[in-house]
Amino acid sequence: MPILHETLLRLWTLDRDVIAIAWLSLRVSLTAVSIGLLVGIPLGALVAVARFPGCGILTGLLNAFMGLPPVIVGLVLYLVLSRSGPLGSLGLLFTPSAMIAAQATLATPLVAALTRQVVADAEIHLGEQLRSLGLSAPRRAGILIYDVRFSLVTAALAAFGRAISEIGAVLVVGGNIAGHTRTMTTAISLETQKGDLSLALALGLLLMGLVVAVNAVAALLRGYAAKAYG
Amino acid sequence: MSATSAIQLDAVSLSLGGRPVLDRLSAKIALGGITALVGPNGAGKSVTLRVIDGLLRPDSGTVRIAARRRAFVFQTPALIRASAAANIALALRSLSRRARAARVRDALARVGLQDRAEDAATRLSGGEQQRLALARAWAIEPDLLLLDEPTASLDPAATDIVEGLVTEMARDGATVVLVSHNLGQVARLAGAMIVLAGGRAVEQGAPHQILLKPRTPETRAYLAGELPWTSFAAAS
Repeated sequence: MPILHETLLRLWTLDRDVIAIAWLSLRVSLTAVSIGLLVGIPLGALVAVARFPGCGILTGLLNAFMGLPPVIVGLVLYLVLSRSGPLGSLGLLFTPSAMIAAQATLATPLVAALTRQVVADAEIHLGEQLRSLGLSAPRRAGILIYDVRFSLVTAALAAFGRAISEIGAVLVVGGNIAGHTRTMTTAISLETQKGDLSLALALGLLLMGLVVAVNAVAALLRGYAAKAYG
Repeated sequence: MSATSAIQLDAVSLSLGGRPVLDRLSAKIALGGITALVGPNGAGKSVTLRVIDGLLRPDSGTVRIAARRRAFVFQTPALIRASAAANIALALRSLSRRARAARVRDALARVGLQDRAEDAATRLSGGEQQRLALARAWAIEPDLLLLDEPTASLDPAATDIVEGLVTEMARDGATVVLVSHNLGQVARLAGAMIVLAGGRAVEQGAPHQILLKPRTPETRAYLAGELPWTSFAAAS
């Protein structure tokens, strides 16, 4: 298995370019997930708690948007950010910021839909008591978010998994520019096409390692916190 | 509404999921003291409590409540994954930080949980959780306390503590409405009793009168189906 030997050798001798690619991937995905959590958690909780016309439709849309095709998101953002688009003057196309925007667009509905489900389940038990205390819908949503906070780690990990492994959107709006917008997934795709399979595999192993490490840290934090108030 | 009524329900009807639950229910609950709502499963007792609290809106009829502050304690204590103190504090958001902390301390002391303030509420025993739920209700300083089978899942010792707390709160001036299947408890605690059947109030009066001399066929049928707790008492 010469390719395996070569892959391990490439991993061992990772150069600064590869580390920069890995760092950019992490930075883009973690920032996008943070935005997704900031927007998606309150949105999902409010949809679960509030009663308003069209609530069912919004829930259906959130669930459907969990499966948004990344390449479509990339295409729409490309049109918005391109020079002739409505936000073209910002000059964000082919920058990490555009990639963050694309991944945040993918992460937000996923976080919102998972949060809505978890909060709706908690509301079955706590909802009447909170309404009986005369608390407003945003306040009830906040308390329920706090109550299910350990379960929301799963939503965060799902969003991170979707963001870090995604290629379609970052390729379209990032452009896979070496040293600027090249991420792990776009680099793997490029090296595979160039025939440098050992480098593609080495990057793949590194990506897997990062995903496992982030999940392990999250599981440890969740376990530690749940011990106190689980 | 008479000056001595805390609650007056007039011809209140409500359907849930297409099924009639309350059927022109009319009843008066006196100001102060403990009034028990009893009746078979599906009679509409818990729904009546929720209508009184405003959690459910009747389809027709009128509900008049002479209470500024209400508190509801459910059969299963609804507690969030936080400390015992935090569970009480979430009902006191209108108070200043310092006043809130003082009220939380007082409430925990009132139910004998002052040493468990920082413990996770979900780690308390069933009896302690129900005492915590009562402490939260007490902290609101309610004029009207609604209790939905608060001791249904508790052992006799925990039931005794909870009953003592409810009696104290009634003595302090709160009007208490208690839903219970435990007729011994009703006889011990309540000064008035309303029997519900089929979503209507079929009998209303003092518990000892109704339990010993039921006037309506619905009440007689309900009491005839009860477990013979009186014969245990007679045998001992």
